[in-house]
Amino acid sequence: MSLDTRPPRQRPARQVATQRERDEARGLPSRSLLVALVLACVALMVVDSTSGEESPVAPVRRVVGEVLGPAQAGAATVLEPIVALPDAFHTNADLRHDLAEAEALNDQYEQELLKNPYDANRLAEWEGLAGQGNDNGYLLAPARVIGYGSAQSFSSTVTIDAGTDAGLRPDLTVLNPDGLVGRIIEVTSHTATVLLVIDPESTVGGRVGDNMENGFVAGRGGLADGDPLELRLLDNTVVPEKGQTVVTWGSEGGAPYVAGVPIGEVAKVYEDLRAGTYRAVLEPYVDFTNLDRVGVVVPTGGEGVIEPGAFE
Amino acid sequence: MRGTPRLVAALLTIVAALLLQVTVFPHLAWNGVVPDLVLLAVVGAALVTDPRFATLLGFGAGLLLDLAPPADHVAGRWALSLLVVGYVVGRLAHDHQSAQSAQSGQAGGGRPPYPLMLAAGAGGAFIGTSVFALSGTLLRDPVVGVGDMLEVVLAAVAYDVLVALVVLPVTVWLFTREPGAKHGQVTPRASWRTPV
Repeated sequence: MSLDTRPPRQRPARQVATQRERDEARGLPSRSLLVALVLACVALMVVDSTSGEESPVAPVRRVVGEVLGPAQAGAATVLEPIVALPDAFHTNADLRHDLAEAEALNDQYEQELLKNPYDANRLAEWEGLAGQGNDNGYLLAPARVIGYGSAQSFSSTVTIDAGTDAGLRPDLTVLNPDGLVGRIIEVTSHTATVLLVIDPESTVGGRVGDNMENGFVAGRGGLADGDPLELRLLDNTVVPEKGQTVVTWGSEGGAPYVAGVPIGEVAKVYEDLRAGTYRAVLEPYVDFTNLDRVGVVVPTGGEGVIEPGAFE
Repeated sequence: MRGTPRLVAALLTIVAALLLQVTVFPHLAWNGVVPDLVLLAVVGAALVTDPRFATLLGFGAGLLLDLAPPADHVAGRWALSLLVVGYVVGRLAHDHQSAQSAQSGQAGGGRPPYPLMLAAGAGGAFIGTSVFALSGTLLRDPVVGVGDMLEVVLAAVAYDVLVALVVLPVTVWLFTREPGAKHGQVTPRASWRTPV
């Protein structure tokens, strides 16, 4: 008789992998990881959307902006000549044709401007603005658009390459030679984020130039070729007319919007039968798909700031 | 490729895609719709890495997209969308692959076929932009009509597929560059249980 002196087997005879072990072996994320990540996203969304102005996300955004802003500016500078390449190819006939077209258009606009009583008053201002010369008494800090938000984000924002180093802060008006662009919502040291007036969250106090009626111009977002701006007048009895110019009415202290910047002109008018009010669709003066040089209205002068009446 | 080189490759790809997406492609935008390069980078990574890595990469890339200027929407929305994209694409590609290798009786080597990449790109783009749009509706972030939303999503998918023709092979190549790297390699990970 012999005794079995071998030690008991270390391993159980059969090892059944649990679901989790099998998942891990296949490289699948564990359920707890997935849940944790999804909850992290949801928590972030809730925190950011409920805390409004003093959101804890804002400082993080600022830090990311400090790092990525200069990178964006660098990328934009490097790629500018390449992006501009298609514009460089023109035949002589093309240029002549363009010039003739531009002159005709210019004549037409000048005529229209003279006809319009409000615009006649503002003509001098317009000419000043056209060279970013700035005749309306505001100090302008020049900047370039270096980054665009995509339409898939359903918000219309751009990055500009001036920040606190150029004296910018949130709630300053941004304009270009054509008219109102938007306002600054966030600044880092070298860049700033601009909320365009066509963003669905943007509302600007607007005033019809002809009759000084006040109203609100709201952005509608969506695709750029739709009707990006909408005007509702405070006085329900006044009907906006096609072709009327709408300018900013100006906020107290010039923030966020200074007064008298052209926004657009009335393109279509709809009557809201149920509410008995009128809704006008504005054609903005600014081409938002093609922004480049912009000016920011700053309260005090500094290095690089364009003084009123420059370029005259 | 795995470990640190893979992380570095992922970081570089995502940052490059983000910069191109906000600076260059807006000049080629169709009505403001820009190809989602970051999303495509996540899809590309999900095709050739394991789903766990793809999910984490999607989360990280989305977070960056949420925070980098000129983002203004509620933070966490792109993170959620890309997380879902990374998980779904990674999981489907992985299952497809294991089914294939089980059939042919060999570990699937090399890169996924081109049509599969395009299908993954289209699917990923649709899932990502839709989840983002739907989260906006739930949060009432910007109030946009469903019609506009659908139009933007479809335009984005179309544009993404066009760009995916080039971007996905490049990303896939980047993540499988290391010699000897196997298709669908699994990151080894310390077991939670110590063997008894």
